[in-house]
Amino acid sequence: MEYTLKELMTIMAAREIQDGDIVFCGTGISMVAAMAAKHINAPNSIIFFETGAIDSRLEEIPMAVADPRVMFGAASNSGLLESFATMQNRISGDHVIGILGAAQVDKYGNLNSTCIGEYLHPQIRFSGSGGACDVASFVPRCLIFMQHEKRKFPVKLDYLTSPGYLDGAGARERAGLMPGGPTAVITNLGVMYFDDDTKEMYLAYYYPGVLSQTILENMEFSVDISRAKEAEPPAEQDLKILREIVDPYKLIL
Amino acid sequence: MDNNREKVMTLKDAIRTYVTDGCHISIGGFTVSRNPMAAVFEIMRQRKRNLHCYAHSNGTGVDELIGGGCISKVEIAYGGNGKAAPTCIRFKSAIQKREILFEDYSNYQMSLRFHAGAMGVPFIATRSGLGTDILKKWGFSEEMRATDPKLPDKKIEILDNPFNGWTGASKVVLVPAINPDITIIHVQKADKYGTCRIEGLNFADVDQVKASRHVIVTCEEIVDTNMLREKPEYNQIPFIHVSAVVHVPYGAYPYECCNYYDYDPKYLSQASKFAKDDRLYKEYLEKFVYGVKDHEELLSIVGKEQLERIAADKRTGYATGLDRR
Repeated sequence: MEYTLKELMTIMAAREIQDGDIVFCGTGISMVAAMAAKHINAPNSIIFFETGAIDSRLEEIPMAVADPRVMFGAASNSGLLESFATMQNRISGDHVIGILGAAQVDKYGNLNSTCIGEYLHPQIRFSGSGGACDVASFVPRCLIFMQHEKRKFPVKLDYLTSPGYLDGAGARERAGLMPGGPTAVITNLGVMYFDDDTKEMYLAYYYPGVLSQTILENMEFSVDISRAKEAEPPAEQDLKILREIVDPYKLIL
Repeated sequence: MDNNREKVMTLKDAIRTYVTDGCHISIGGFTVSRNPMAAVFEIMRQRKRNLHCYAHSNGTGVDELIGGGCISKVEIAYGGNGKAAPTCIRFKSAIQKREILFEDYSNYQMSLRFHAGAMGVPFIATRSGLGTDILKKWGFSEEMRATDPKLPDKKIEILDNPFNGWTGASKVVLVPAINPDITIIHVQKADKYGTCRIEGLNFADVDQVKASRHVIVTCEEIVDTNMLREKPEYNQIPFIHVSAVVHVPYGAYPYECCNYYDYDPKYLSQASKFAKDDRLYKEYLEKFVYGVKDHEELLSIVGKEQLERIAADKRTGYATGLDRR
């Protein structure tokens, strides 16, 4: 069965979500991935939002984390203090997986969503952290959505908004952060994981028809490709769920 | 802090009285939800200047204030609106053109800063942001902070855990309290004394209100005090924090107000097109903000039909099946 790139990326992300995970969601493809996981491989996962809505019913796709569609049928509608406390508090926080996006990611999974160029006088200004820095600081596992382009995978970030593994193994702990960090970077060409020892990014999956070399050509830094395998395409049933249940109006996909 | 008097005012009078040039302001809501837009447009019409704005993710409320030239300094976590509309274009452009001074924090840090202000403590601790540029890079210079009595001397500080690693933390980040001169929120229901009932998510509205010297509440309905007091546990804000109550139906339009109306995808996509071009944005302001005398007149341009389209469904609290493409 034919599928689009966005559908493939969604399914690749959904597969990283485990049953029982509390999934911190942003908007767009991250929300679709979390909804897909709930319908496909992690029926007992719980979706929650930085605005304070937890386990929302999500009959329609929210276009923002403050969309009234996240408020409908939620277990609780509270506020920002409560939602971030849920992640900072180790009792609940250890069960949270975050899904983030950014303008730049480096080889240790640190993210920039603030600016390109000098901070005070940037060439391009982005929205800023929002809750991304908080999530990346607190939770043990994070998924990152990126487009594979050289300038988006730089050797050095223009601004470090959200912490990954900082400058390598043990750096989070030295900085005083909680253990944890990004576990996967999902792009339009493949999926990267992080080495257990060095905390450096490596290529885990390339999509059908994509060469590892092409992926390397779209990054400023180099990564290990020796462990890379071809990604398994989405199953017909998975695509049906995406198209008929998760995003029938094609708002995101 | 205010006593048990009737506080109902017109929006024009409330803004004229409590929003002064150079004051420190915060507004309620979050991205596409419950921004006090009628109040924002009135601030723009009254050409208020040099406001110092505190925002977590206030979306287009803050973006319009920047576009209208009202804000000269902003402390902010996120200038955007999610996928609902690629807005906050004026925020980004104002930084790129060096028109405003800015300081970046995270959403939790900003929420905690309001919370510290509401609690009356100088700072509050979190474990967010260690190792990031949010700690290292300052938008406001040390000199500026040292000379402005309304700003703390430091953006942020790191402290070794004085309780010797208690709870497993070696270090914490300290963020300074915020006490705005004025906070404006839009709620579903308030009584004439200012007691509020917020439906749906409350974001950081309650702390923003409690941290603020003055508070304007705009509301969809002014309701009977007895009605609110039958279920006091559903009221988040007691009247003592509120300075003025203004009845403004559709006061969050073009944003949503849970159980009343949805965001207006048509207006938002139009507004973001205008915001991308300086000349078009001027035309937009002339037509939709300066060119109308009040919010009611803006709503009459939008038209009854469109307002009916975004009317909230009773079961879900939003406009079920609304065309949002």
